[in-house]
Amino acid sequence: MDAPVAAYEQSLRSRTWERIKKGWYAFSKNPLSIVGAVIIVTVVFLAVFAPFVSPYADHAGNFVDFDNASQPPSRTHLFGTDVFGRDILSRVFFGFRLSLIMGVTVISLTAPVGVTLGLIAGYKKGTWVETLIMRITDIFVAVPPLILALAVAAILTPNIFNSMMAVSLMWWPWYCRMVYGIASSLKNEFYIQSAEVTGASTFHILFKEILPNCYGPVFTKVSLDMGWVILLASALSFVGLGAQPPTPDLGTMVADGGKYMPDQWWIAVFPAIAIMIVVFGFNILGDGIRDMLEVEKS
Amino acid sequence: MDNTIVRAHDLKKHFHTKQGVVRAADGVSFNIHEQETFGLVGESGSGKSTVAYTIMGIYPATSGELLYRSRDITAETKKRSKALKRDIQIVFQDPGSSLNPRSTIKQILELPLRVHDQVSKKERVYRVAKLLEMVELPADFMYKSPPAIGGGERQMIAIARALATNPSFIVLDEPTSALDVSVQAKIINKLMELQKELNLTYMFITHDLSLMRNMASRVAIMYLGKICEIAPTTEFFSKPLHPYTQMLLSSIPVVSTQEEELKPKKIVSTGEIPSPVDIPPGCSFHLRCPARMDICSKIDPVMVTPEKEHQVRCHLFPGASGS
Amino acid sequence: MASTLLNIKNLEVGFDVYGGYLQVLNGVFFSMAEGEKVGLVGETGCGKTTTAKSVLRILPEPPSKITGGSILFKGRDILSMKKNEIREVHAREISMIFQDPTAALNPVFTIGDQLMTAIKYSNLHDNMKRNEIRESAVHALREVRLPDPERILDSYPIQLSGGMRQRICIAMALATQSTLLVADEPTTSLDVTIQDQVLRLLGTLIQEKGTSTILITHSLGVVREWTERVYVMYAGVMVETAETKELFKNPLHPYTRGLMAAVPKLTGEGIAAGIPGRIPEYLNPPRGCRFHPRCPEVMDICKKEKPLYFDCGGSHRAACFLYRE
Repeated sequence: MDAPVAAYEQSLRSRTWERIKKGWYAFSKNPLSIVGAVIIVTVVFLAVFAPFVSPYADHAGNFVDFDNASQPPSRTHLFGTDVFGRDILSRVFFGFRLSLIMGVTVISLTAPVGVTLGLIAGYKKGTWVETLIMRITDIFVAVPPLILALAVAAILTPNIFNSMMAVSLMWWPWYCRMVYGIASSLKNEFYIQSAEVTGASTFHILFKEILPNCYGPVFTKVSLDMGWVILLASALSFVGLGAQPPTPDLGTMVADGGKYMPDQWWIAVFPAIAIMIVVFGFNILGDGIRDMLEVEKS
Repeated sequence: MDNTIVRAHDLKKHFHTKQGVVRAADGVSFNIHEQETFGLVGESGSGKSTVAYTIMGIYPATSGELLYRSRDITAETKKRSKALKRDIQIVFQDPGSSLNPRSTIKQILELPLRVHDQVSKKERVYRVAKLLEMVELPADFMYKSPPAIGGGERQMIAIARALATNPSFIVLDEPTSALDVSVQAKIINKLMELQKELNLTYMFITHDLSLMRNMASRVAIMYLGKICEIAPTTEFFSKPLHPYTQMLLSSIPVVSTQEEELKPKKIVSTGEIPSPVDIPPGCSFHLRCPARMDICSKIDPVMVTPEKEHQVRCHLFPGASGS
Repeated sequence: MASTLLNIKNLEVGFDVYGGYLQVLNGVFFSMAEGEKVGLVGETGCGKTTTAKSVLRILPEPPSKITGGSILFKGRDILSMKKNEIREVHAREISMIFQDPTAALNPVFTIGDQLMTAIKYSNLHDNMKRNEIRESAVHALREVRLPDPERILDSYPIQLSGGMRQRICIAMALATQSTLLVADEPTTSLDVTIQDQVLRLLGTLIQEKGTSTILITHSLGVVREWTERVYVMYAGVMVETAETKELFKNPLHPYTRGLMAAVPKLTGEGIAAGIPGRIPEYLNPPRGCRFHPRCPEVMDICKKEKPLYFDCGGSHRAACFLYRE
C-alpha cells in the first residue's frame, strides 16, 4: 500500500517543479515582466531591511538637524534633505515599508472577504443569496472612493489604521464582482454537476472546485491592486487623512514638499518618483503574473 | 418478472423560460432491467439528456413517476439519500468539461471516496490506484491534470470516477461522441468488460446508431421530448416501424456494402428540427414525416405494442389515436 | 485529362512551443485534379487541419514554421507568395468551410453583411453596385435551398439553427465561384439527419459548378459516401491513398485496416479492440515509420527508415514497407 503513496508524492514534487519551470518560461517571455519583478524585489528588500540599508536610519523618526536642512542632493545625501534636515533617501526607504504594509493589509483583508462572497453569490445565482450579496456590493461600489475615505476620516481620527479601513471598505466589492462572474459561469460545468451528483458539500464545491479556477484573475488583480492601494493610500496621506508626522509616508512627504516647489524640488520629487516606481512595478508584475497563470490553461 | 431497476411512467420535465415552456421530456415511459444496456437515441432537442439528468437528480421531475428499485426518485439530488447517490452514477459527454481542469486526477477520483467512505488518506491513495488499474491507466496518472492527458484517457477517468462508489446503475451520456473512432473502440470495449465484471446496468445515450447496434440490448428513440419507438436491438434495426426511425437509419453513413443493404431505403429527410419551444400540434414529427396523414396534424398518437416487446407511437398503427 | 489543380510535395510544417519543436507534418504528399472530390480522413491531431491551413497560408507564422516541401496550386507556388497575392487567391480561387459554423460567423453582423462582404471582395465583376451584390447574395442563399432568403439576409446568426448556419457558410464559400473548396469537418457539429441533408446539398452544388473539393473528416462513413478519392492521414504523414471504392474494398496500410475494424458496424458484429497505444507526441516522434510502435505487423526496417509511397496497383499507394516491391 505504501508504494502508490510514495509514487504519488514523488510525482507531485516533480510535477510541481515542472509547473514552476513552465510558469517562469511564460513569465520571462515578456522582458518587461522581469523589469517589474526586479523593481518589486528591490522595493521589498529595501522596505524589509530599511533600518539596515538606510544611510541615516534614525532620520525616519523624530529627528531634526536644522544646520543641514534643505540641502540639495549630494554625495552624503543622495536625495537631499528636507526642511528638518532629514535624509530623504532613508525616509523613502521607510516610506516603502509603510506603503507595502498598507498594501498587504488592505489586500489581505479585502481579497478573502470579496472572493468568498463572490463565490457564494455566483454559485447561488438566481437565489435571494445572490441578490443580497450583489446589491450590497453595488452600494459600496456606488460611493466614490475618496468621498468614502473623507467621510470615514471625518468621523474617525485621521491615522494610518483608519485610512486603511476606509480603503478596505471600498476595495472588497471588486474582488466579489470578479469572482462572481467566474463562479456564475462555471456553475453549470459538468464537473460541478458531477460533484453535486456525488454529494459533495457546498464548501467543497466553492473552495475546491470553483476557487482554483479563479486563481489566475485573482492573483493578477492582487498584484495590480498593490500598486493601486499604495497610490490611494498615498493620496489619502497627501490630503492629510493618513499617516501623521513624523511617520515617513510617501504621500505625506510629497504634500509637505509641495510647498517648497520649485526651488527645493527634491523634497517632493523624489518621494513622488518612488510612488510612481512602486505602482509601475506592481502593474507590470501583474501582467507577468497573468501571462504565467494563463499558461496553466494549455 | 420484476428485475426492473428503473421505471419511468409518463415522466415529464418542463422548463419555464422567457420564450415559453420548453417541454424537454414530455410523457416518457420505459423500464430498464437489471444488468441490461438500455439505449436511448435521438438528435438534438430530443430530450434524451434531459431524461438522463432527471434520473440523476440534476433536475427534479415536473410530473410523472420515476422509480429506482421501487423507490421514488423524482426529487433532485439535494434531497436524495447518500445511499441513492452512491448507487446511480453518470459519465458525461464532454471529457473536456466533465473533469475540473484545475484538479489533479487523484483529487478527482478521491472525491466520491471522501464523500461516501470515511477512510484514511493512505487508503484513499491506494483505492485511487486501484481505480486507475481498473481502467488500465498507470498509477502515476494520479498527479496529472486533465489538460495534460488525451480525450480518451480523460473519459477513462470519468468512468473510473463513476465506478468509485460501487454503483449498480450508470448513465452514459454520449461517452464517446467527442472521441476518435479508435479511442472509442477502446473505451466501449472497456465498458462492456466492466459491465460483465461488476454486474452493472447501463443507460447508454448516443446519436450514433451504428454504435448503439453493438452496445444496447434494447433501444428507445426520442424525438422532441417523446419516445417514438422502443424495441429489442435486433428488432429495432431489422424492422424499424416508426418513420423517424427509418429516416434516421437511412441517413447514417456506413463503411461497407453489407451495411448498406441493411439500411432502410433512402428517406430524404427534409425540414429543420423544430425547437422544443415551438412544438407543432398533433404528432410532433408530422411536419417532416413522409407518411403523414390528416390525423397526424390533429391528434398526438399514443404508444401501442403491435409486436411482442416492440412499442411504437404512430398513427400508422391501430390504436394509436387512443380510441 | 483534367489538369492537376493542387500538388503538395513533401510538406514539412512544425510549431515552436515551450519545451521544443513540434514536427507535425513530416513530408506530406497530396495531389488532386480539377473537378475531383477528394477526402482527407484521419483522427484528431493527425495534421489534416494543419495541412489545409498551410494550403491557405492561414497558419500563424510564429509559432508555425514551414520548413520544407512545396505547394503548387495551378502551377503557382503558394509558399513563396506574398500577402497580397495570397489574398487574391483567397478571394477568387480557394474557399474554406470550417467545422463550427457558429464560430465562423460573426455574431454581431447580419448574414447579409457577411455574405455581401464576401461577394464584394471576390470582385467577380469589378465594381458591382450594391443592389447587384444583394441580388447575388439572395441567389446564393437560394442555391443552398434556404427558404425566405430576404429575411435571412437581415437576420443574425444566433437566430438561425446550426444546419442553416452551415448552409450559409457553404453559400458564402460557393458564392465566390472558387476553383477549390476546402471543407474542414463541415458536418461534425450537426445532427445526423441534417448532416445528410447538408452533404447531399454540397454534393449537388459542387457537381453543378464543377468545383474541386477537399472534404476533411474523421468519419470513414462520410468519406465513403461522398468522395471519389481518399487520403488517409496519421501523425503528419499520408499513409495511404486510393480511389474510394478501392480503399474500402481493399485497405492496405495497417493503420487504415485498424481504423476500419474499429468502426462500429450496423451488422452488429461487435466492436474490434481498436488500435493499441496512443498517437505519438510531436515533440519526440518515433523514428522511421511514425506508426511503427502501434503496428501489428511491424518489421525491423520500420523502426529505422521512413517508408516512401509504394505503388500498389492503379492509383493505390501506401506508405508501408509491407508493400515494398
